[in-house]
Amino acid sequence: MKFLTEYRDQKAAEQLAAAIRKKVTRPWTIMEICGGQTHTIVKSGLEDLLPREITLVHGPGCPVCVTPIELIDKAVAIAKHPDAIFCSFGDMLRVPGSTRSLFDVKAEGADVRIVYSPLDAVKLAKANPSKQVVFFAVGFETTAPANAMAAWQADHEGVENFSLLVSHVLVPPAMEALLSSDHCVVQGFLAAGHVCTVMGFEEYFPIAAKYKVPIVVTGFEPLDILEGIHMTVSQLEEDRHEVENQYTRAVRREGNRPAQQTITEVFEIAPRQWRGLGEIPASGFQLRGRFQKYDANRRFPFSGEPARESPECISGLILQGIKKPHECPAFAVKCTPENPLGAPMVSSEGACAAYYHYGRRQNVQPELSGTESR
Amino acid sequence: MADVKTFNLSCPVPRVADDRIVLAHGGGGRLTHQLIEKIFIPAFANDALEQRHDGAVVSLNGARLAFTTDSFVVRPLMFPGGNIGDLAINGTVNDLAMCGARPLYLSAGFILEEGLEMATLRTVVTSMRDAAAKAGVKLVTGDTKVVDKGKGDGIFINTSGIGVIDEFPGLAKQARSGAPPLNDLPQNGVPLVSPKLRDVGTPVATIGPASVQPGDAVIVSGDLGRHGIAILSVREGLEFESPILSDCANVWPAVEALLAAGIEIHCLRDLTRGGLATTLNEIASDRNVCIKLEEVLIPVNEVVQGACEILGLDPLYVANEGRFAAFVPAFQADAALSILKSIEVSQGAMQVGRVAETPVRTVVLQSRIGGNRVVDMLSGEQLPRIC
Amino acid sequence: MCLAVPGRIVEISDTGDIAFRVGKVDFGGIRKEVSLAYTPEAEVGKYVLVHVGFAISVIDEDEAQRVFKVLEEMGAVKEELGEIPH
Repeated sequence: MKFLTEYRDQKAAEQLAAAIRKKVTRPWTIMEICGGQTHTIVKSGLEDLLPREITLVHGPGCPVCVTPIELIDKAVAIAKHPDAIFCSFGDMLRVPGSTRSLFDVKAEGADVRIVYSPLDAVKLAKANPSKQVVFFAVGFETTAPANAMAAWQADHEGVENFSLLVSHVLVPPAMEALLSSDHCVVQGFLAAGHVCTVMGFEEYFPIAAKYKVPIVVTGFEPLDILEGIHMTVSQLEEDRHEVENQYTRAVRREGNRPAQQTITEVFEIAPRQWRGLGEIPASGFQLRGRFQKYDANRRFPFSGEPARESPECISGLILQGIKKPHECPAFAVKCTPENPLGAPMVSSEGACAAYYHYGRRQNVQPELSGTESR
Repeated sequence: MADVKTFNLSCPVPRVADDRIVLAHGGGGRLTHQLIEKIFIPAFANDALEQRHDGAVVSLNGARLAFTTDSFVVRPLMFPGGNIGDLAINGTVNDLAMCGARPLYLSAGFILEEGLEMATLRTVVTSMRDAAAKAGVKLVTGDTKVVDKGKGDGIFINTSGIGVIDEFPGLAKQARSGAPPLNDLPQNGVPLVSPKLRDVGTPVATIGPASVQPGDAVIVSGDLGRHGIAILSVREGLEFESPILSDCANVWPAVEALLAAGIEIHCLRDLTRGGLATTLNEIASDRNVCIKLEEVLIPVNEVVQGACEILGLDPLYVANEGRFAAFVPAFQADAALSILKSIEVSQGAMQVGRVAETPVRTVVLQSRIGGNRVVDMLSGEQLPRIC
Repeated sequence: MCLAVPGRIVEISDTGDIAFRVGKVDFGGIRKEVSLAYTPEAEVGKYVLVHVGFAISVIDEDEAQRVFKVLEEMGAVKEELGEIPH
């Protein structure tokens, strides 16, 4: 597939890895923000190509993983309504709430449907006028334009039996929260390429300057990530802390203006809870103005029980890159994809799920690559 | 800012979903295996079942027979490249072929839902007739039941099959490590080895996981993922420039050719639910070996790859219905490939890896860019009701 | 969640209102309907990056070659581009 598979070329990967090895003189810790990047790294065994001085840690770039447990409980409660059709992306279905997941209630008879696009939910609303169609609007900034358009089109066409349960999270505030923590180990960032496709990368300049960290906007294929690492390492070795763009085929500095305009019309910035991290100010979106009528929180008053996290899930530490999944006592023992204790084990972009599926476990690593366990 | 959580190192009982059946129990992956290991094998324990192969090899009056059964619950009933009827015949024929047995006789049990259109039943039965004729098998007995509307999905079919293992030259030599001498395994009280061969002192082993050895070449008979994507294309309403057809087919001609040429086949396994990854994990696990794959060698059609990209699927886990994996000694890999490529159903055959000693019970993949990862057993059901 | 895949536009339906502009995009042989509301500059034959049914960017084909030019300068061997996995 064009503009995809050529970025998986082995020779080019080896050349980039060699270039990284040449540049490196000291240990560096680099964080990739987006779960999709984590997935590529683990799936392609990319770390095997890197010199041992480079440590990659995985960031909170999995919107599924950071959706607050209260919202999962709310989603489950709405789905159980006999009049509701609850629509969601596939990932959200297996995330554990306090007692149940959407998948559990679907198995018990609730009308829960997986959709590919938020516009599909609007179509469903038009086709089922006697039902309340609710869409679980989860995502980073990447997905906000699509969700905004769904609300905009619904409003434009006078669709009333449609609402959004919003769980949008924003990357730059999360990065700031990470960087301002005493536990922060990250020295350089691979910024989320698709988030920046929408939002551009203006917001990262003040962050790079304030915390003196290089930030490289990076794509999702192995060559993108290797090149992003090379650019980050070059900055670190040369004591620079700038914002650079590796993903130039898709990202422009100003981002996608039409998308940003629609986002601003439909959403406004608000504080948000991040599961495992706590509340981060100005880190989420909520519906604004005439679109507030589509807020599922208003449409479905919720007096549920207080949320209960599994006491053993250390997703907060995982999402900050302080611990790796295999360092969690429950990992692959009590917490597995079939019986997840927390969200990072469920989401296809969660670090724990990636580590589990691709075998980054202590006992397998030495035999895989002949190097010390990372 | 978030609190740093302290660990609780005590061990409460985990929440496990084993009080009820979930869809994932039918996925062919981890949960299916747990069901088999925890419920079925303990209840019915016997040596034939312990082989855990696609079919059971039993001995009857000097003849070695393979016996297998399979049920078909695919949804939708009709898909590009076939229907439930084709699957029902070819699926069982292939299970017999995986034992190295010439498929001979099939039974078919139908569970029909009240309200099913007669025309649909006719189409399915016609497909079964044609598939059986092509495979050279006879449907010799059957049964029909009807359930109330809403209690079945149109049609469920079970087929069972009997085949005979001819005395081809080059049947797998006894495994050198691990497996007990197979002529010592009682099968219905009758030893596997015919008296003639036992006198000569050459034990003849069964084609199955027990015969797999470190060093063996791992070959797949063609490109992966067509059946699963064909099913999904209907369910997801995917539009194709040229449609992907299910690879549903009878693979006995390929197996027969290998046997006739004297290839020392150690194991054959068809790649249905859960795909190549699941099959190889089963074998690595049963046999306590490692299987090493190279991603660049694994054949996947471009359009299937594209569908997997946009649906977020891994072709290694997508179902096939006319593909198998073969384990042969390394020195015979080229010869085996040559033979397979000359047969229509296996013309896309490729060697994709080899068997190693460690790390045990693990399938390892070297990615396109040269890094390594483990190919795990499927968790949950990737695609329900695929066959 | 950030899964976005590049595909080639093969057809565009213009109803006049940009918000409802859709196109048919080909992903290596599979075709899906995609909203082009956010890529008004998109044309038939161009490649777009698609996320949950929306084109979020038109691929800059010159920039797409950049990493390979960089590798050439590094002295890397020029590889056959557009190699399709078999």
